[in-house]
Amino acid sequence: MRTVVRVTERVLETPSTVTLRFRYPAAADPGQFVMVWLPGDDEIPMSLSYTDGVSKGVTIKAMGATSQRAQSIRPGDPIGIRGPYGNRFDLSPRRVLIVSGGSGAAVLAPAADRARGRGASVTVALGATRAPELLFKDRFRAMGADVDVATDDGSEGTKGFVTVVAERLLASAPFDAVWTCGPEVMMKKVVTAAAKHSVPVFCSMERHMKCALGMCDACAIGPYHVCVDGPVFPADRVVGLSDFGAFHRDPAGRRVPL
Amino acid sequence: MAELGVRLAGIDLRNPFLLASGIWGESGESLAGAWHAGAGGVITKSIGSEPRPGYPNPTIEAYERWGLLNAMGLPNPGIDEYPREIEVARRAGATVIGSIFGGTPEEFARLASRMAATGVVALELNLSCPHAEGFGTEIGSTPEDVEKVVRAVTKAVALPVIAKITPNTSDAGGLARAAERGGAAAVSAINTLRALAIDVELRRPVLAHGLGGLSGPAVKPVGLACVWQIFEKVSIPVIGVGGIANARDALEYVMAGARALEVGTQVTFDGIGVFGRLAKDLTALLDELGFARLEDAVGIAHRTGPRPSG
Repeated sequence: MRTVVRVTERVLETPSTVTLRFRYPAAADPGQFVMVWLPGDDEIPMSLSYTDGVSKGVTIKAMGATSQRAQSIRPGDPIGIRGPYGNRFDLSPRRVLIVSGGSGAAVLAPAADRARGRGASVTVALGATRAPELLFKDRFRAMGADVDVATDDGSEGTKGFVTVVAERLLASAPFDAVWTCGPEVMMKKVVTAAAKHSVPVFCSMERHMKCALGMCDACAIGPYHVCVDGPVFPADRVVGLSDFGAFHRDPAGRRVPL
Repeated sequence: MAELGVRLAGIDLRNPFLLASGIWGESGESLAGAWHAGAGGVITKSIGSEPRPGYPNPTIEAYERWGLLNAMGLPNPGIDEYPREIEVARRAGATVIGSIFGGTPEEFARLASRMAATGVVALELNLSCPHAEGFGTEIGSTPEDVEKVVRAVTKAVALPVIAKITPNTSDAGGLARAAERGGAAAVSAINTLRALAIDVELRRPVLAHGLGGLSGPAVKPVGLACVWQIFEKVSIPVIGVGGIANARDALEYVMAGARALEVGTQVTFDGIGVFGRLAKDLTALLDELGFARLEDAVGIAHRTGPRPSG
């Protein structure tokens, strides 16, 4: 069942990213997602970027037409929420490396927040196309995480891929786990880099979704369904799949390149 | 240990529990997963002539374990691409039944030939989706139309043909009779019941398509009545579908006349492990009730009980 809520706050996080906050009391954990209904338009899966307390939030990057319309929602507008769905990050590691590409920080920030609350050390490799697009940089710093930045255009931090930063961090300090979210080609590189140091990686995955209940098969990846078996996968479960970093299913269920 | 294996329209099933069409069946890996989880066979998503994205979201309204309302809109990869998925499932050893939907008898026949060539063991004709314009119930709601479609398909292919019958009718038995006349080897009943949900705050239907179809435990008594009526009207085997959540539900369907069963919505509540559990629990239930074989219970309620009126 959906709950219709009013958006309480709209925050422009970066030029292309908007957070919507709303009151939704259901308990939630970092890694989980909700289905967000834009009445009269569409319903899309969104990771919770704020999981704690009554005031939840989702952070939306302008990608397709639907996410652009979702960004135009204003405080007071109604949206439907169902969930939270899916699994969660295991928060037990004491030394965590977070590798975020683009809007991946939306799901990683609340995980980092909880980990910090448990006393874990958190290091963040934060990547974006350019400096203003670095999502939740200040939020990570405010929680006491070390943040190391990479931008495609070199406008802040290391010029180039965030995976280069991640490799450097992995070589310089011991970690118990890597949490990553971003383009799958990026996550694939993160998995390879972490394997050299025998650090387990957990990937937050994204696929088209319809039911979010493990029924419709829209989000199938290999033998898994992202909505119920994920979105968080230990890398060793997905890295060997021919779909990982290569294919997804379109709304008709056709297996097409990512 | 009671024998769960059944023979249905010439096909040997290791147990009666088939993955219902529309659940998991878009990808071959998922079909294989249902098979590995213990399904007696797997029925594909209903496949049409062209790739079809289905309706926009919301496509689902879920209720707490008693029901599920959906208007997916028959999303499917299309018959050109789908054989790849069947191949994946067949390589895993799965018994695969191919579901198809068309808008005319001719389109059904063409799809049937294509589907038959993939190596499926039988075809199921979707004559009963309640929410797709030009398909499903719209061409499966009169005995004449059902007979025409089934005849066109049985002329085109040698495989056993299963007609999936709608409950959105006053005479499911009559539709099943028509399927039998058209040459169907079996009928399955029921598909979802036409249904609606409205959000009162927003004053609008919840599903993007408006009308949808209800499945899950809420529809079980309706499905049982349809299977009961169909069993009395036809001599071909009946596959019972609708709200099977546990072994007792399954045995109710069998006693009403079902020789095999389809399970769908319960996967969303229990996960795919429901297949292994159903097979184990049904074996125990048959043992407890003194049945040596599931087949001995098929339609038994028609012989031993007072006949329900209507």
